[in-house]
Amino acid sequence: MSGVRVLVGTKKGAFILTSDAKRQKWDVSGPHFAGWEVYHLAGSRVDPNRLYASQTSSWFGQVIQRSDDGGKTWHQPGTPPGEPTTTPDGMPMGESNKFVYDTSPVTGKPLTTHMWYDGSQHPWEFKRVWHIEPSLTDPDTVYAGVEDAAIFRSTDGGKTWHELAGLRGHGTGPKWQPGAGGMGLHTIVLDPKNAGRMFVAISAAGVFRTDDGGKTWAPKNRGLTSKYLPDPTPEVGHCVHRIAMHPSRPNVLFMQLHWNVMRTDDGGENWQKVSGNLPSDFGFPIDVHAHEPNTVYVVPILSDSLHYPPEGKLRVYRSRTGGNEWEPLTKGLPQSDCFVNVLRDAMCVDSLDSCGVYFGTTGGQVYASADSGDSWNAIVRDLPAVLSVEVQTLA
Amino acid sequence: MIRIVLPFHLRTLAHATGEIELAVEETPTQRSILDALEARYPMLRGTIRDHATKARRPFIRFFACQKDLSHESPDAPLPDEVVSGVEPFMVVGAIAGG
Repeated sequence: MSGVRVLVGTKKGAFILTSDAKRQKWDVSGPHFAGWEVYHLAGSRVDPNRLYASQTSSWFGQVIQRSDDGGKTWHQPGTPPGEPTTTPDGMPMGESNKFVYDTSPVTGKPLTTHMWYDGSQHPWEFKRVWHIEPSLTDPDTVYAGVEDAAIFRSTDGGKTWHELAGLRGHGTGPKWQPGAGGMGLHTIVLDPKNAGRMFVAISAAGVFRTDDGGKTWAPKNRGLTSKYLPDPTPEVGHCVHRIAMHPSRPNVLFMQLHWNVMRTDDGGENWQKVSGNLPSDFGFPIDVHAHEPNTVYVVPILSDSLHYPPEGKLRVYRSRTGGNEWEPLTKGLPQSDCFVNVLRDAMCVDSLDSCGVYFGTTGGQVYASADSGDSWNAIVRDLPAVLSVEVQTLA
Repeated sequence: MIRIVLPFHLRTLAHATGEIELAVEETPTQRSILDALEARYPMLRGTIRDHATKARRPFIRFFACQKDLSHESPDAPLPDEVVSGVEPFMVVGAIAGG
């Protein structure tokens, strides 16, 4: 029987919400990794029982957790459940926590500094994994977007991680700088029709694309305008909040820029503004309908200084025309006195018919729509602040 | 036998309850007992010290014998009371945040 599994990362642990295809009755499990920030959880497309989670803490650093049974049990890769946690023979367990920037000469010239808030150069310092993106073809291959911005890859199910250093080393790294939330690589989009191509987005640097599986990278920010920069149209330096693609049309991407909603039709070579009639074009998440490549969702937020919805009304905006023309979706969402935020990784869609849309708020609600956004219900209302929401459509 | 007290979240991560007792063959120092701790509980690598540099993480403190040893050299001998097991070596998460 088909159904969905919603993976929710929060400030104080992870939660897994499951339902059948009707998406009306939900089971809630959690908190997993209680008390830790869980920036993101993600499931493999080819093995839905394979999940990865980024468990992180300002105190205790980064831990990668893996589940091989759809989230019932978890373990740190390299330390299988039920096996001794000791290493009498020196097995390199615990390596799954190890995210070390590549400084080897073999991989080019990885940088050691980026721009700091005051314009000076600052060393790259690993802080946490913001986003996990499993491969589209291999459950043991998974990418991690990290702060300070870099991309890592594991090909052994998360046991060990290696940086794709060509991103930091391609040349513009000294100009990247942290946004208010840190300098994170928060979005990884894999091209389903071109195995060598992927896009990443970094705050505050912009979008970068590789066409050779991550060896070499180039900025793809032409057309972006960021009025908070002294030069509003630099090659890098843009605070891109999120990008999204429909798998049937990988050259078309939509972007929630810091301000402005953008679109490209040529794989990122050129971007056009499609904010249209939005009440505010500031926001964080953006996503595309599972079956309608021209149907796009955003959640307008009042401004970069006021991180809550305009007029205290929580509204998802939907465009059925690929941007520019937007309609508010309000049925079931609070339309007064609502001052939550929706973070960049906290919106997703399932692939059931009709398409389900999900988002989580900093107030701890997770809202679901089983009808493409026409109406909404809160699956849960009182979780810790939601950092990320992913959904798996189960056969 | 060296006694080590871990904070809640690290005990959970290590599947450990209560104090941890470690036999350390080398001269007990911060470095040698943390090396021994991470050898026995490898999932703690990177949670107390930076994975690459082995520097203490910023929000971690080391207390023993009513003293803050966080800024001592990692290779300085530990107090006799810690070496003899009379006093524990405490790994403490700094009090901050919500």
